[in-house]
Amino acid sequence: MSSIRMTLAGVSSIAGVKSNDTMSSWLKRSARALGLPLLGLVVFLMIWQAGAKQIHTSLGEFPGPSQVYQQTLSLIADHNAERARESDFYDRQEKRNAERIAKDPSYEAKIREYTGKPTFFDQIGTSLVTVLAGFFIAGLIAIPLGICIGLNGALYSALNPIIQLFKPVSPLAWLPLVTMVVSAVYVTPDPLFAKSFLTSLFTVSLCCLWPTLINTAVGVSAVSPDLQNVSKVLRLSWGTHVVKIVLPSSVPMIFTGLRLSLGIAWMVLIAAEMLAQNPGLGKFVWDEFQNGSSDSLGRIMVAVLVIGLIGFLLDRIMLLLQRAFSWDKKAITR
Amino acid sequence: MSLSKHLELTGVSIEFPTPKGPFKALDNVNLKIEKGEFVSLIGHSGCGKSTVLNIVAGLHKATTGGVVLEGKEVDEPGPERAVVFQNHSLLPWLSAYENVELAVKQVFKGQKSRAEMKSWIEHNLELVHMTHAMHKRPDEISGGMKQRVGIARALAMEPQVLLMDEPFGALDALTRAHLQDSLMEIQKDLNNTVIMITHDVDEAVLLSDRIVMMTNGPAATVGEILKVELPRPRDRIALADDPQYNHYRHEVLSFLYEKQRKVEDIDQHRTVKKVEEAAVELPKKRAHG
Ligand SMILES: Nc1ncnc2c1ncn2[C@@H]1O[C@H](COP(=O)(O)OP(=O)(O)OP(=O)(O)O)[C@@H](O)[C@H]1O
Ligand SMILES: [Mg+2]
Repeated sequence: MSSIRMTLAGVSSIAGVKSNDTMSSWLKRSARALGLPLLGLVVFLMIWQAGAKQIHTSLGEFPGPSQVYQQTLSLIADHNAERARESDFYDRQEKRNAERIAKDPSYEAKIREYTGKPTFFDQIGTSLVTVLAGFFIAGLIAIPLGICIGLNGALYSALNPIIQLFKPVSPLAWLPLVTMVVSAVYVTPDPLFAKSFLTSLFTVSLCCLWPTLINTAVGVSAVSPDLQNVSKVLRLSWGTHVVKIVLPSSVPMIFTGLRLSLGIAWMVLIAAEMLAQNPGLGKFVWDEFQNGSSDSLGRIMVAVLVIGLIGFLLDRIMLLLQRAFSWDKKAITR
Repeated sequence: MSLSKHLELTGVSIEFPTPKGPFKALDNVNLKIEKGEFVSLIGHSGCGKSTVLNIVAGLHKATTGGVVLEGKEVDEPGPERAVVFQNHSLLPWLSAYENVELAVKQVFKGQKSRAEMKSWIEHNLELVHMTHAMHKRPDEISGGMKQRVGIARALAMEPQVLLMDEPFGALDALTRAHLQDSLMEIQKDLNNTVIMITHDVDEAVLLSDRIVMMTNGPAATVGEILKVELPRPRDRIALADDPQYNHYRHEVLSFLYEKQRKVEDIDQHRTVKKVEEAAVELPKKRAHG
């Protein structure tokens, strides 16, 4: 996958070639842009392959790149097989129902849900939905609260110790509490969301809202005194001051916070899923670990790489959003 | 009341609280300014020029004394005393046009229609020759252009008094000359009262009706006031050889570098006596820095 990314980078650097650039300097630059990361990757793969051979676990040799590749293919095959079984199931059910109705028109067709084991890709989907929902809720709480705290010095002083206290708490510590609270509070006969989903969701939100909260508060309270003077000279009302001066000027800080939060959210989610056995990539890793077949380590390694890749992509997406919506292009480094 | 001037500073003193006790920056500043007058404040760095300007703007409050504009005491900032800030202070997320628009919308709310506001904004950007780049953001235009937008924003408020804190301080000589000429033109047309801080003696003589020279701080006050009676419009090239102009220059220079010599600013090795003065002054300075 990372080679795909590099090919993309290569394409864009080809597109960026200017007519007055000499060929050799272009080659030099693309060698840098493409060659060095490629070299790094090759060296990494070699070390990995060589190192993996040296590590013997109770489940066999540590998976090297080639096993990981095979396991990726087998996970894809599993997924396709599962989908085929699912559509077969629905086909058969439909057929059966049609036959029953043909025999007896008063028969009311029952539609049964297919209950297969979620595949690797289903788990990716679950994790993505959970992390985005948790992140969204965190933002929904952290940004308005951060603005209030930033605007009101007294509130800031009052809440700061609490924020500092909760910020470093590990998701694993929250998880039992969140689980118990969700079980106790969320009792409906026809639940819209699974309890496990809510537990993961709230754990993610609780752990990742702090960077956004703090950055928003700092951004809001640190409006440059020059701009505050402009606002005073114009006699802007409090509301206009907040909307026209304070909020825009804190947008870069808010985005910085959001990016940090999303990174934390993703890390926390995997841990929470593992610990709570909630559906998602974390559970996939845990199940494979418990399963302990000779393929397990390879599959876990695939999951590790996918987790890393998704984390990276989420960060890039946030960066693109930041580029699109933040006025301070200089604050965005990497 | 009819006897009172347009803008009056009476007995203005200010003390800033510092960890080492109150620091008296200004002491008994008195100044009367007429409508349409162009007044420059000149003095050594740190003497309190910006503080005077901020008090007139209402951004600082005088500890004793006060400022009266058109018979009304100044007790808060307001758009009738527009400020051109030393570092332009444009909102970085708004284009030049939108920066001026923010001010115009605020000042002419309910007085001008949308179309009138638009043409008024464009007119003011035109005055500072910024029409070509009015949809660019501050980070896309040069320092001189930013300063011009800052001036356009202040002018667009139609202020009774225009307060400018070293408006051309950071500019190169050419841009500076160009903006000085535009400012003279604009001021002739609009007849605003202007208070401008400057470090530049030529600028002060060229632009001003009166030059207010401030003594060194702490507890700075008005040292001398020089009336510049050169006919307008003034032409910088013609004035270069004008004996009257050079006389005024000389007056200001001698005030700054003889009467209000600031020891650190001048070669300290010239005489032993000055070094001794410095030894007395420096610890004082540091205490208030
Ligand atoms: N908010 C403040 N608190 C404490 N001291 C201050 C404050 N503002 C200004 N001063 C002090 O008041 C004195 C005058 O400052 P001011 O900024 O008015 O000088 P200035 O003449 O504008 O200098 P410059 O030409 O360098 O801009 C300085 O000694 C400064 O240290
Ligand atoms: Mg100053």
